[in-house]
Amino acid sequence: MVFMPSKKIFLRFGKDIADRPIIYRLARDYDLVINILKANVDQNKEGTMVLEITGDQCDLGLEYLISQGVKVTPLAEEVFRNEDKCTSCGACTAICPSGALYVERPSMEVKFDSDKCIVCQICVKVCPVNAMEVRF
Amino acid sequence: MATEKTYAEINEKIKSGRAVVFTAEEIISLVAEKGISEAARSVDVVTTGTFGAMCSSGVFLNFGHSKPKIKMQKLWLNSVQAYTGIAAVDAYLGATELPEDDPCNNNYPGDFRYGGGHVIHDLLARRPVKLEAIAYGTDCYPRQEIETIITLDDINEATLFNPRNSYQNYNCAVNLGKRTVYTYMGMLKPDLGNAHYCSAGQLSPLLNDPDFMTIGIGTKIFLGGGVGYVAWNGTQHFPGIQKDTEGKSYGPAGGTLSVIGDLKQMKPNWLVGASFLGYGATLTVGLGIPIPILNEEIMRCVSVTDQALYAPIVDYGEAYGQRVSGNLGFVSYADLKSGRITVKGRDVPTAPLSSYSKAREIAGILKSWILQGNFELTEPVKLLPSAKDNIPAKTLEIRGL
Ligand code: SF4
Ligand code: SF4
Repeated sequence: MVFMPSKKIFLRFGKDIADRPIIYRLARDYDLVINILKANVDQNKEGTMVLEITGDQCDLGLEYLISQGVKVTPLAEEVFRNEDKCTSCGACTAICPSGALYVERPSMEVKFDSDKCIVCQICVKVCPVNAMEVRF
Repeated sequence: MATEKTYAEINEKIKSGRAVVFTAEEIISLVAEKGISEAARSVDVVTTGTFGAMCSSGVFLNFGHSKPKIKMQKLWLNSVQAYTGIAAVDAYLGATELPEDDPCNNNYPGDFRYGGGHVIHDLLARRPVKLEAIAYGTDCYPRQEIETIITLDDINEATLFNPRNSYQNYNCAVNLGKRTVYTYMGMLKPDLGNAHYCSAGQLSPLLNDPDFMTIGIGTKIFLGGGVGYVAWNGTQHFPGIQKDTEGKSYGPAGGTLSVIGDLKQMKPNWLVGASFLGYGATLTVGLGIPIPILNEEIMRCVSVTDQALYAPIVDYGEAYGQRVSGNLGFVSYADLKSGRITVKGRDVPTAPLSSYSKAREIAGILKSWILQGNFELTEPVKLLPSAKDNIPAKTLEIRGL
């Protein structure tokens, strides 16, 4: 499977932008798959939107949005584990509130089930070797 | 007849590729199946391993001389100070040293993302490290400051010398207090929220040689992915048998080792810089010791299981820091590894801080080195004090002159 970069972003835009087809251009010109997670668009005031964009040209797409006057903030919406760094020490396992990080028995290896992760980011703080990273 | 083997006989077998080697985990089922006598006869070496944060670690460095020469008075490597109160371009970099500008616990709990252990790791990973030093200048060492870049291969010596590693056993840390505490035993949630332990248990080197019958000065070991040696007993070496208030025994604890080795032949994945939130920076050390099966008694010791090894439960919310002696009872490593224990009638989730899977890997690597004939055993030049020597732990009392 080819890995497609994906990003969650928070957008704020003025009412002048609200009626331009920027999301459509984002999909068409940059070949991005767009998932609208939240939208709050009001003709009379500032609009906000949370998008998940997937595709090779994420960064170019973001540049386009910024050039159009949209304020773009990346959301720390995913925590992932750097497998090369993790030493399977276990220091995160009794602290992770969701059970996403757990000790597999009897191998005693530490596993990460990202589906269970609630992105509380406690592990990012406690991991002694910085193996848990935030993906924006 | 009872088995008796010598180091020389075992080394002969290693050299000719006939040695029989088991890890301290594998030996358990062999002994259960064949019994101690048969296992002692057929097995020559049992390998152990441990991989955990060991604060009392560091490296002696010699940088070679600049032109003109300098007698370094203060020295920083990637902004982390190293001790230079020895000869001109010799220094000792300790694992827990922090950069001069680290905010420490001013923004509690501090992150401590970089320290001496990380510099050691960067050196090992062959990354360039910035060296800065100042000096008062002398007739023979005129230079007063220097700033340059070094790598591990550029310098003369880098001798890892860890004054205290490989604790025989360790506490199981809990928190009886009302607020989260940040310790070298990790983040401990209030009101018995979690329990952290830090030993490889049945794979741990000194739990497999509880009476120091084979591990002594000069013992050749796996250290940081390369070869090292036991240099001496570790600091705070107080081997003994744990007992509860009624006098019931809970197995060995208290021994430590001082170890030494050439950093240049070690590997960055077995010496890893580490940061403990709210506590500080340190170094995670991979260490493994081969135990020669000289007789049945030694085989009996290495066949120990997690069911028979115990950690004392200690409150790090209050008692540990206040040096209040005693504990909240003992818990077996088998229970600790199950993921849940009972403390004061409460069900508490457990987590390890030392990696059992890496300890197993180390014991396996050491085993393969011996099987390949690349690693012969050394007979210690002197054995270390053991429980029968009854070394008392001294304390530091506050008094005037
Ligand atoms: S972010 Fe929170 S839930 Fe996700 S793995 Fe880390 S500690 Fe667990
Ligand atoms: S604390 Fe970090 S290194 Fe340890 S098991 Fe968790 S992710 Fe891995």
